[in-house]
Amino acid sequence: MWDYSETVKEHFYNPRNAGALPDANAIGEVGSISCGDALRLMLKVDPGNETITDASFQTFGCGSAIASSSALTEIIKGKTLDQALEVSNQDIADFLGGLPPEKMHCSVMGREALQSAVANYRGEVWSDDHEEGALICKCFAVDAVMIEETIRANNLCSVEQVTNYTKAGGGCSSCHEGIEEILAKVLAERGESFTAAPPPEKKVPGKLTTLERIRKIEQVIEKARPNLQRDHGDIELVDVDGKTIYVSMKGACSGCQMEAVTLGGVQAQMIEALGEIVKVIPVKATAKLAPNSLPA
Amino acid sequence: MSIPNLTPIYLDNNATTRCAPEAVTAMLPYFTEQFGNPSSMHSFGAKVGHAVKAARTSLQKLLGAEFDSEIIYTAGGTEADNTAILSALKANPERKEIITTTVEHHAVLHLCDQLEKEGYTIHKLKVDGKGRLDLNEYAKLLSDKVALVSVMWANNETGTFFPVVKMAEMANAAGVLFHTDAVQAVGKIPLKLKDTAIDMLSLSGHKLHGPKGIGALYLRRGARFRPLLRGGGQERGRRAGTENVPAIIGMGVAAQLALEHMEMENTYVRALRDKLQAGILAAVPHAFVTGNPDDRLPNTLNVAFEYVEGEAILMLLNKQGIAASSGSACTSGSLEPSHVMRAMGIPYTAAHGTIRFSLSHENTEAEMDRVIAAVPSIIAQLRKLSPYWGENGPVTDPEKAFAPTYA
Ligand SMILES: Cc1ncc(COP(=O)(O)O)c(C=O)c1O
Ligand code: FES
Repeated sequence: MWDYSETVKEHFYNPRNAGALPDANAIGEVGSISCGDALRLMLKVDPGNETITDASFQTFGCGSAIASSSALTEIIKGKTLDQALEVSNQDIADFLGGLPPEKMHCSVMGREALQSAVANYRGEVWSDDHEEGALICKCFAVDAVMIEETIRANNLCSVEQVTNYTKAGGGCSSCHEGIEEILAKVLAERGESFTAAPPPEKKVPGKLTTLERIRKIEQVIEKARPNLQRDHGDIELVDVDGKTIYVSMKGACSGCQMEAVTLGGVQAQMIEALGEIVKVIPVKATAKLAPNSLPA
Repeated sequence: MSIPNLTPIYLDNNATTRCAPEAVTAMLPYFTEQFGNPSSMHSFGAKVGHAVKAARTSLQKLLGAEFDSEIIYTAGGTEADNTAILSALKANPERKEIITTTVEHHAVLHLCDQLEKEGYTIHKLKVDGKGRLDLNEYAKLLSDKVALVSVMWANNETGTFFPVVKMAEMANAAGVLFHTDAVQAVGKIPLKLKDTAIDMLSLSGHKLHGPKGIGALYLRRGARFRPLLRGGGQERGRRAGTENVPAIIGMGVAAQLALEHMEMENTYVRALRDKLQAGILAAVPHAFVTGNPDDRLPNTLNVAFEYVEGEAILMLLNKQGIAASSGSACTSGSLEPSHVMRAMGIPYTAAHGTIRFSLSHENTEAEMDRVIAAVPSIIAQLRKLSPYWGENGPVTDPEKAFAPTYA
């Protein structure tokens, strides 16, 4: 059973503005009977100021399709055509207190009916440029067509890239098999074959250059500072000598009981960031080197 | 959902059933007092081992199997289906074809789709408008290239039976293994597997008032088999993993009860179903039964309500406390209505409006009366919203009168 919001249910059980609108002068028809939803939106538009004075709908579809149609008519009544065209499918979904990802297409259908009706009023032909595919990523409501087109348009070749471009796969990751299948299909069309990306490279000790190493050390220190500053303390990098990192503890932190704990935490993060075992040693501020002046 | 004031009516027994209280009572000690591992060499284990064996005997009787060792416990119907198919392929590595049907459960179809991607040839037998197979088409496909035939005993959506006993004989004569997904048939119709040529059969506990997550694969003695899960020696090495003892006990009791209720399924339940069907069809125009009304499970009624969508119907039924299910795309979150309806050539305007009412012996005549009273106004209410419906009936030539963009 879908997790419909109370508003969705309310609009489904008591749809507003349902039925034919005999003197409508703008009609939009969208949907696909094969997918199980189809919507006819009927508007009465005041030719003087292009304001929508009345709206109604007829919908073949599920609970959320009917609720989205009902919501749409409520949203656009009283708006001018231009204002109405500003309504996005997200606005319809928001009006309903959200829709399950599988059902977002119902709100898209509402918006398309509106575009179609306005085009009809203006004597234009509206053509749908939106094709819908099977839902692949439930976390972000991304369908197969969207993924396929994005892969094609941007020459993508890994799941990670697909996630970066479409968000698909960036949540629970259970849709990665589906994304890989689409990648394999599109890559085959370009005469390439899909190979799963190698697992993220393990940090090899000693691989970092001295400069990279110092930068990483600085980053760890920087990350630790806000917390310490909140307690009126601070930490600064003093020197790096092989596997020993000298820091100075300032203010409330210096000599406090928590100093050892703090240093332990910093040390653990250093080891993680550098991929090697290092020691973090506190020194007095009057160290052999002037403390690094780190940007605040 | 707003909580209906009325006592709920459960008509979705093909999806799952209420676990029989007797089964639950029998299971409980196996969580606490009788917690032993049946493989263990001590009294804790031994008692449990005997109970597991008794449950196996109950299943053997329900299936009419010759030996109790022909029962292999699995974690449900899906695992039994997957085990049967993958076993046949492994046991016959030189055979690269499978024969199945277009209307199988996803537990078979989706695995076959995957196997097709891996290079196997899958023949899916077509069905006619009533969901019936063409046995001539089947006979032509049988050859020594086929590793397995997998055909369901009864379809879960329409209840339509397939002539699996005959088909198994044909497969047997051609030297091909035969598997049937009998998840919907077991417990509803009398079976006598020992008199058939069926090599493998899947069943599921939760479809016969047993617990969920337990099922079994019947494997005829001598039929070639390769396990899906290897490990410990449970189930004589044919399905490794410590047994789900409480569930096995529960399914055993459910099997025994199913045998006791068998007569009722085919008299009482059938009469309720027929009453429901007659009542709905008499009151709702433009509605028809899908599948083969003359040869189907006694508990199943699938009706297509034209020009309205199934999920919307279910929501309104639910508001009145009535639970059923639908083959519409929207209920599953997919783009297409049920593959079973499509395979039978049911037009989209009807396929999306199919509702399955599946009964059990726990239903009553009063419940049927309530459903018959509720359905007509629900359909009328939704048709009023439908662009395919005019004042008093479908608009003339509905698919043309309403031809939206991208239809
Ligand atoms: C025909 C058929 N096969 C297989 C299954 C799957 O059984 P289970 O839920 O026990 O895995 C079902 C149940 O949905 C079914 O109806
Ligand atoms: S379903 Fe795609 S990340 Fe969760």
